[in-house]
Amino acid sequence: MGDIGKYLSDAGTRAALLDMLLDHVYLSLVPLVVSVVLAIALGWLCHRFRPVNATLIGLSNVVYTIPSLALFAIIPAVIGTQVLDPANVIIALTVYTTALLVRPVAEALAAVPAHITAAATAMGFRPLRRFFSVELPLAVPVLAAGVRVGSVSNISLVSVGALIGTGGLGTLFTDGFRQRYLAPIIIGIVLTLVLALVVDLLLVLLRDRLTPWARAGERL
Amino acid sequence: MIEFRDVTKRFDDGTTAVNGLDLVVEAGTITVFVGPSGCGKTTSLRMVNRMIDPTSGTVLVDGRDVSGVDPPTLRRGIGYVIQQAGLFPHRTVLDNVATVPLLTGWTRRKARQRAAELLELVGLPAELGRRYPVQLSGGQQQRVGVARALAADPPVLLMDEPFSAVDPVVREGLQDELLRLQAELDKTIVFVTHDIDEAIKVGEKVAVMRTGGFLAQYAPPAELLTRPADDFVAAFVGKDRGYRSLSFVDSSGVEVAEVPTVAEGAPVESSSDWRLVVDAEKRPQGWIAPDASVVPGGSLYEVGASIRGALDAALSSPSGLGVAVDGEGRLAGVVTARQVLDVIESRRG
Repeated sequence: MGDIGKYLSDAGTRAALLDMLLDHVYLSLVPLVVSVVLAIALGWLCHRFRPVNATLIGLSNVVYTIPSLALFAIIPAVIGTQVLDPANVIIALTVYTTALLVRPVAEALAAVPAHITAAATAMGFRPLRRFFSVELPLAVPVLAAGVRVGSVSNISLVSVGALIGTGGLGTLFTDGFRQRYLAPIIIGIVLTLVLALVVDLLLVLLRDRLTPWARAGERL
Repeated sequence: MIEFRDVTKRFDDGTTAVNGLDLVVEAGTITVFVGPSGCGKTTSLRMVNRMIDPTSGTVLVDGRDVSGVDPPTLRRGIGYVIQQAGLFPHRTVLDNVATVPLLTGWTRRKARQRAAELLELVGLPAELGRRYPVQLSGGQQQRVGVARALAADPPVLLMDEPFSAVDPVVREGLQDELLRLQAELDKTIVFVTHDIDEAIKVGEKVAVMRTGGFLAQYAPPAELLTRPADDFVAAFVGKDRGYRSLSFVDSSGVEVAEVPTVAEGAPVESSSDWRLVVDAEKRPQGWIAPDASVVPGGSLYEVGASIRGALDAALSSPSGLGVAVDGEGRLAGVVTARQVLDVIESRRG
């Protein structure tokens, strides 16, 4: 423990930790936001066109089995970025999270009762407005559950990116292992855990704000 | 007015849902489409607002061919009540009712004001407006469904088995409510049901449809009961149709007679007559038998209401005397089953 106190006493270290934390937030949450948008679009395609459904769901399962480190390394070769470019991590995590979210989004859209969508159509909603006003809001509880899993998974996967030198809290692990010094490793674990918990809490608050109706039945 | 001109709908799987339908729904009436499943009643309804387009033939609303109208625009001008209400679970009751006004560009404030008026019209307390549909009973949800369909004051209302998901007692209340609303609003209503009793109760005209999409008979309910077009209609209309057709005969020709009465709570002795117990407002409370025992009464009927009620009152009464009441529920007199049957016989004349 004395080690940790000594490690944190240095102002330069503390500033570096904050940088790493902010990098980590950026590298994990940008893919999350982008993939929510992509998953909604792809989920809509799956829901709308049955043949797309089987293909996309199958593809997303395959994508999710590719090891993250391999994907980080392949992306520069595919899209021509520098090996150390943080964009590699962002793109890789976006691919993973989208693959994770497409299925629940498509299923949640398919689970909207037919008489509710029929009612919306009969009221005079055009398809796009019906999607955003009726079908998507009703899919939010399922989507939120997927996003929570995605956020935790991203926050842990960003650490792996440190192996190819893209920054974030994972740098603490690579440094700690190289110097055989335990303090930064412990700090890294604690900060990663706290970050994951805080993000999850914020997501729960956001979900509850978006879906007051989902808990209305309990307050009967 | 809604007009079907030689309308046929064949689905991709080869089934014919509606077969050469020719039918006119008069403005300001409730017209019921009734029939077994697969008879094309819902398909016919959905061709009015273009949820389904016909394979051939024309549907006209107020003389205008609907195939030339942009579907969402057409639908905003036609109220639609769906099975199980189909309310949006994520919107409050008030916002559900305000749906169509909001779609047509009203301000939120004005749309909600209109929605509040409609909740009152369908007999729901204003504070329900803030709740979500899941917090309402099935019957209340149906009322909200009706309010939502009426929000933009459309001249035409389509109702697709609107009351089939609620229990029989609530359903009867909703049917009465619909008839009361219609007396006030005078809409052109097409009502789909598989329940012939519901059709006979709410319909001014009833279209009985047969599997395969054929119109078997299109007539006022009394005519369906007394003169079914064929064996299919006779079987579909069901048992007791002779008795049920009495619902459409009024009881004004039945003379009521006086009956000995006893004030509620007064001492009684045995006598050779049955005596009717009445309260201070002269409302019937039951019978005193000749041996002075108290017996609960049978059904009551209102003077001038259907003769079916008069007959039932006589048949269900322990004394054999059917009790007639006035509009306030006060005793008007009594009738015997014999008297009622004589009136029915003479009407047949």
